[in-house]
Amino acid sequence: MQRFINNPDDLVDETVAGFVKAHRDLVHLDAANPRVVVSNAAPKAGRVGIVTGGGSGHEPAFIGYAGRNMVDAVAVGELFSSPTAKSFADAIKAANGGAGVAVLYGNYAGDNMNVKMAARMVAKDGIEVATVVANDDVCSAPQDERAKRRGVAGEIFMWKIGGAKAATGAPLAEVQAAAQKAIDACRSVGVGLGPCTLPGVGHPNFQIEPGTMEVGIGHHGEPGTRIEALKTASEVADDMLKIVMDDHALPAGTELAVLVSGLGATPVNELYVIFDRIETGLTAMGMTVHKALVGNYFTSLEMVGATLTVMALDAELKALLDVETASAAL
Amino acid sequence: MNAITNAGQTAIVEELAEVIVANKAWLSEIDGKIGDGDHGINMAKGFGRTAERIHGKDMTLDAAMLVLSDVLMSEIGGSMGPLYGLMFEDMAGALKGHNQLDAETFSAMLNAGLAGVQGVGNAQVGDKTLIDTLVPAVTAFDAAKAQGFAPALAAMITAAEQGRDSTIDLVAKIGRASRLGERSRGVLDAGATSCCMILTTLGHSVLRRLA
Repeated sequence: MQRFINNPDDLVDETVAGFVKAHRDLVHLDAANPRVVVSNAAPKAGRVGIVTGGGSGHEPAFIGYAGRNMVDAVAVGELFSSPTAKSFADAIKAANGGAGVAVLYGNYAGDNMNVKMAARMVAKDGIEVATVVANDDVCSAPQDERAKRRGVAGEIFMWKIGGAKAATGAPLAEVQAAAQKAIDACRSVGVGLGPCTLPGVGHPNFQIEPGTMEVGIGHHGEPGTRIEALKTASEVADDMLKIVMDDHALPAGTELAVLVSGLGATPVNELYVIFDRIETGLTAMGMTVHKALVGNYFTSLEMVGATLTVMALDAELKALLDVETASAAL
Repeated sequence: MNAITNAGQTAIVEELAEVIVANKAWLSEIDGKIGDGDHGINMAKGFGRTAERIHGKDMTLDAAMLVLSDVLMSEIGGSMGPLYGLMFEDMAGALKGHNQLDAETFSAMLNAGLAGVQGVGNAQVGDKTLIDTLVPAVTAFDAAKAQGFAPALAAMITAAEQGRDSTIDLVAKIGRASRLGERSRGVLDAGATSCCMILTTLGHSVLRRLA
């Protein structure tokens, strides 16, 4: 393993320690729980708090999205592993400004259980919790079983919209509805060209043979739903766009937000190559790209690969997407 | 003997931890085939930390299980944190106040643990999860307990192993591996495997003390 590691067991704590030092203008550690990163702008009295959380190894997600008009508090888990219920509960408490807290997270068994338990814990403190579960990953379940799909990079748009809505002073139900609308408007797909290695394990979970690619890959190093021969960047971009848009059924003229994220070890220039082709394809379909994000926004340790997320915008989503924000990643 | 004392059983949980820590790499390897490969690491971290905390202390089995539960739920997280955390919490609850651990108490403990898991997760037998080990093991223990504590433990161990192995031919219906569909067939489920380690180690630990 050619990696910068001390003791693999300390990796998460050291990551968080470095992160809060580097971004102390934006965030701080929760006084009660070193696995909770809190925005310096939180909590705001009378305003809905926004919380997320998830496993580590996705940096800049999840901690990088803590900030002003974004996420108020982030629960930090072990590598690729849900935070504890206690960390989610402490994040909810840190984000609580008295108007309730929206927990916006991804659809994974551990997160579902721990958020449920956390909501029960903070109910004792009289904090009202609403949840939105991201399920934007098209390949992880068929269209008629959308509730089973996992949440991937579309979560970033969900947080952005949720945070912007909360900043307007909207009540909890409206913040929840806006975040739900945002994730419902998102479709994502991932393609993996190389696996990743958990430092504590020391070798990759699985191999991706040279000349092949895993289509529909998750961002935890899970294998994809199918293996195909590796094609040119344009052909891969076309495939990704087709998977996402076939699931979306959008009328021509729809304005979009598009996110192309690297999975950790793909050069950023290749992400622009993919985006170039995707933008061309979208334009040919009569769509307009209102906002584009290209870079390492939601990674999977050192996986080689990329994800594409397309969010369809209406007037409300567009306005909220454009609200000014300050966080380490966005 | 047909019972062991509840007091002075710190070592039973230490023995559990020893087996989980020794199998850290193996559990991560099978998890990595259809999951994300962190199962062994997090299990070893939680069980290992527990062993350090209870070592040298004179505890009842339920008190030692509560330490394990607390570490899993408040320090480890993931999906196994709440699942095993609640399992051990409810197992400990069933043992609390009992001086003797006999077949009836052990049965109550197993059933409480199963209820704890089912209270937070919603997997059924056949979904390729730890339930595929736990349900048949509890059923086998209850079916054999009239024959005595030791034969019931032996039946539980056999059923746990068969339950674990049954997951090889299953397609995952819940959890991370479920997104792989048919690609999840042909390998063991990591949770069913660690659950088998827990039950068989627990069974052998009690059997040795009954002998």
